[in-house]
Amino acid sequence: MEHIRMPKVENVRLLDRLSSRRAVVGTLYLTATHVIFVENGSETRKETWVLHSQISSIEKQATTATGCPLLIRCKNFQVIQLVIPQERDCHDVYISLIRLARPVKYEELYCFSFNPKLDKEEREQGWKLVDLKEEYNRMGVPNNYWQISDVNRDYGVCDSYPTEVYVPKSATAHIIVGSSKFRSRRRFPALSYYCKGNNASICRSSQPLSGFSARCLEDEQMLQAIRKANPGSDFIYVVDTRPKLNAMANRAAGKGYENEDNYSNIKFQFIGIENIHVMRNSLQKMLEVCELKSPSMSDFLWGLENSGWLKHIKAIMDAGIFIAKAVAEEGVSVLVHCSDGWDRTAQVCSVASLLLDPYYRNMKGFMVLIEKDWVSFGHKFNHRYGNLDGDPKEISPVIDQFIECVWQLMEQFPCAFEFNERFLIHIQHHVYSCQFGNFLCNSQKERRELKIKERTYSLWAHLWKNRADYLNPLYRPDHSQTQGPLHPQIAPCNFLYKFWSGMYNRFEKGLHPRQSVTDYLMAVKEETQQLEEELEVLQERLANLQKSQSGNNKVKSKQQDRSKQFGLYTSNNSLANTPQEYSNDLKSFPSRSPSQGDEDSALILTQDNLKSSDPDLSANSDQESGVEDLSCRSPSGGGCLPSEDSGKDSDEAVFLAG
Amino acid sequence: MEFAELIKTPRADNVVLHCPFHLAVEGTLCLTGHHLIFSSRRQDNAEELWLLHSNIDSIEKRFVGSLGTIVIKCKDLRIIQLDIPGMEECLNIASSIEALSTLDSVTLMYPFFYRPMFEVLEDGWSSFLLEQEFELLSSVTNEWRLSCVNKDFSVCPSYPPVVIVPKSIDDEALRKVALFRQGGRFPVLSYYHKKNGMAMLRSSQPLTGTNGRRCKEDEKLVNATLRSGRRGFVIDTRPLAVAQQARAKGGGFEQEVHYPQWRRIHKYIERFNILQESFIKLVEACNDQSHNMDRWLSKLEASNWLTHIKELLTAACLAAQCIDREGASVLVHGSEGTDSTLQVTSLAQIILDPRCRTIRGFQALVVREWLQAGHPFQQRCAQSAYSNSKQKWEAPVFLLFLECVWQIHRQFPCSFEFNEQFLIMLFEHAYASQFGTFLGNNENERAKLKLPQKTMSLWSWVNRPEELARFQNPLYEANSLVIWPSVAPQSLQLWEGVFLRWNRPSKFLEEAEEERINIIKYNKELQAKVNALRRQLAEMETDEVEQEE
Repeated sequence: MEHIRMPKVENVRLLDRLSSRRAVVGTLYLTATHVIFVENGSETRKETWVLHSQISSIEKQATTATGCPLLIRCKNFQVIQLVIPQERDCHDVYISLIRLARPVKYEELYCFSFNPKLDKEEREQGWKLVDLKEEYNRMGVPNNYWQISDVNRDYGVCDSYPTEVYVPKSATAHIIVGSSKFRSRRRFPALSYYCKGNNASICRSSQPLSGFSARCLEDEQMLQAIRKANPGSDFIYVVDTRPKLNAMANRAAGKGYENEDNYSNIKFQFIGIENIHVMRNSLQKMLEVCELKSPSMSDFLWGLENSGWLKHIKAIMDAGIFIAKAVAEEGVSVLVHCSDGWDRTAQVCSVASLLLDPYYRNMKGFMVLIEKDWVSFGHKFNHRYGNLDGDPKEISPVIDQFIECVWQLMEQFPCAFEFNERFLIHIQHHVYSCQFGNFLCNSQKERRELKIKERTYSLWAHLWKNRADYLNPLYRPDHSQTQGPLHPQIAPCNFLYKFWSGMYNRFEKGLHPRQSVTDYLMAVKEETQQLEEELEVLQERLANLQKSQSGNNKVKSKQQDRSKQFGLYTSNNSLANTPQEYSNDLKSFPSRSPSQGDEDSALILTQDNLKSSDPDLSANSDQESGVEDLSCRSPSGGGCLPSEDSGKDSDEAVFLAG
Repeated sequence: MEFAELIKTPRADNVVLHCPFHLAVEGTLCLTGHHLIFSSRRQDNAEELWLLHSNIDSIEKRFVGSLGTIVIKCKDLRIIQLDIPGMEECLNIASSIEALSTLDSVTLMYPFFYRPMFEVLEDGWSSFLLEQEFELLSSVTNEWRLSCVNKDFSVCPSYPPVVIVPKSIDDEALRKVALFRQGGRFPVLSYYHKKNGMAMLRSSQPLTGTNGRRCKEDEKLVNATLRSGRRGFVIDTRPLAVAQQARAKGGGFEQEVHYPQWRRIHKYIERFNILQESFIKLVEACNDQSHNMDRWLSKLEASNWLTHIKELLTAACLAAQCIDREGASVLVHGSEGTDSTLQVTSLAQIILDPRCRTIRGFQALVVREWLQAGHPFQQRCAQSAYSNSKQKWEAPVFLLFLECVWQIHRQFPCSFEFNEQFLIMLFEHAYASQFGTFLGNNENERAKLKLPQKTMSLWSWVNRPEELARFQNPLYEANSLVIWPSVAPQSLQLWEGVFLRWNRPSKFLEEAEEERINIIKYNKELQAKVNALRRQLAEMETDEVEQEE
């Protein structure tokens, strides 16, 4: 709390990013964990909550006659614009937030104070939901070809690897250690995915320290061992996910890539995925496009292209598709690496696994996949997502890109995934939120030292508990799309990759479809289930009645049924909606229905049971967190009432501009 | 003329058909007066392709030795390739197809020869009469009347014989107004907003010329639609500069001095050849299989297609906003009033009027605002995106409208009774059809061609229960509200169902649609079962009570 210079500022204006006329006045609170804006007056007292850990940048803009503007950009792509009346207050808020958004030690993070009121046992159960040992068993290892190695039991060989690593049976400890010395950060080849059907596997590592000519016998033996673990194939692919030029440049630093002449029976392949710096800049450029106030179609498409974002997404997908094909169709094992083997390698291995194995397209399987390829293999969550104050050059949207790849696949295969878009969005949110311990630190070693499992809660248990919200209504375990590998179109079908407004414009509800097919179908399915139950009861009663003569509770059950039906229809119909400013300098994108979009708030509010000192804060919460929501709802929520657009002034503005 | 004269080689064997995403098949090719028929004789799955000659947009031929290849590009954007052995056969077939797909006489078109294989339950030619529309209107207001001033098409050749006009304006005045509007297209009622009694009118530009000619009757006509003390909006679909230039050619716009109660808003909507070029560029980009991600987006951008969509939707939303939110009447026109005007008025109705979002209501809208309103379908849809004709009158005006409907549909997926297939079907039939509905450029031409007597109406076919079932949106729940779409670039997407239809695998998307239908169907079945059981139980229980008494 010592960092909070100014716990409360009144008469702050929260601007609608797209329309200055839709500003609302309220009070700004700074707590140890959140920035909270509470709208003044009105019955609703709408609130906006932002976790400090979500803040990616704070910008103090030039003071104007109305006050001092403060722009807060969040890692979950929310943008909040505040105007604080007094320059001094604004400065204090700014200084406080700068510090609060950049904690220096793990203990400051939200997960250490977050208390979902679960007892110790429930917490432990939560952490047991995802068990990697179980997962490798499911894949079919250990077996005749693969064994679990304890060579890294005390992180002695590689401190960014897990203690339990699966390696070919013929790879002795000597070979592993030898190979690890020939690999960047000692990340030796280890099993990521094993295909029970044909023994082909996906292994991962970092780049070899080959320089221009160096060799390592053990490393060569290691790759040989991987090949031998797949008796059906006489070679393995070595996939370097970097652009060739980057890999060549690394040779000058004593690193590099495998020389086909030195390794027997490998086929070497570059797949050019750009590095974290290129990706960071690309996202930055795309977000600038998303933030444009009223872009023309050309501004938008040109900006999207210029950002290169979709091109990068496609490169990752293509790499995943290549590997999945090698494993499923050719039956050839693949060793994947990039430089350190914790970013692009994680992306590509997990995309390939997802394509190969329908299990990872289940909700539980997807959690396992992230735990396997990202968490356990030392993806540097802390550095990449800036959880603690650190080098900004280390930050990069690596897992965001993987999550988007999954979404792109969901668009192409609508029935193939058990979970829906919301599931992905919430996972992305929590990669940054630090509300749960799963993604803390840079490695398993650090997490163990920090005693994460004893001190924090697991996100997976939380998502699992609310799994009903995350179901894809089109998913059926017996559907053809849920069987076997997925075969997405490869180049040149570029048009299959689309801009994901659900993620990058997540908080601008006005831009999204006003009716959600997913929610509609889920409601129908829920009703169907109730009907099934009722049918059973009715049939039973009919049978009883035909037999005997009882049945006096009929009236009651009938009434219940009717209200049930009513519930479904009203929720679908409450479509409050207001027009935009459809003139040349179109500024606002209002309108959303009250029935929509409680999801985001659910995310921030429902589960975190804030122990706030000010009871008003939570008492009046209507579970809304999007800025949009605060400003654009017409008071009655009806579609037929005049909105503020109809006011004299606004009408002038609209049409004169036109 | 006999078609046989044009068909030198009516049949060729061992022809290989290539379609995207299908294995090549060998079979027999036959040419008839109106169709290209390909059938494979393989016993496991006999495949047949029937292609209307009028659906063929362009044809290319090339030879490798004596093996000829014909590439056929269709108006529905599909591309097929036929490998035909024998140079002479190939040349004959190619020239026959070329001749048969470019017949210049309307009466030789397939609709005049087509004999339906289905029973006609309702004659579509009389399904949507303006008289019925007027009856509906009369039940809510008596401010309007049906005028037969154009019964012989003499006042306005591109208007239908009957139109709805303000009650206080007599036919004599209408004749005068017609002389003041280009092509005689005087302001008529397009839509009446029951909620607040506001009206949307459409017309062509007023012929003010450089010296500011005025027409008292015209002013009286448009003012008759205003409530006392309220003003109206003229939405001109041209930019101000263009509207001003039009004066030099005798056209013009409503000047403030003469229309003091009206405010003019200029909303630019692109015109014919620009739209056609944009269409061609977009389809080129979609068919280009070679480019990388960057070039795809830049080509999409360069086509400007989505820009046109955004402009059009914005103008329509503005018109709807004036009516619903400002409580004002609106007059929409551009120059001729047969293209952008109709796009705006019909889209505004989709936004405002829940009836237009039903299958039947949408058909009525297309009939009223496009066919009867005199959109020159025959000219606009003579060629599609593969044409190299430099004719000025072809333009995807109707396709743009359909796509805008699709964009709104995408944002309100539960508010439309019809599905995407319904819109795609209308696109296909506007360009090539066995039905007479989209032939001719206006009601006048259709009457002269005796289409209702000599051809079958599309609506006769569509409105049969088995066809209707294909076009139902399973998610539909009647939504009585005005629906305001977002026109931000992030909210608009390429209409893949039309533009990528033949270049993407559609299996998985079709399966998803099937899944959606099944979920709803199962729910409805259960609902019916439960209701039936409840009734049965209730009856049994009452019987019992009576017996006890």
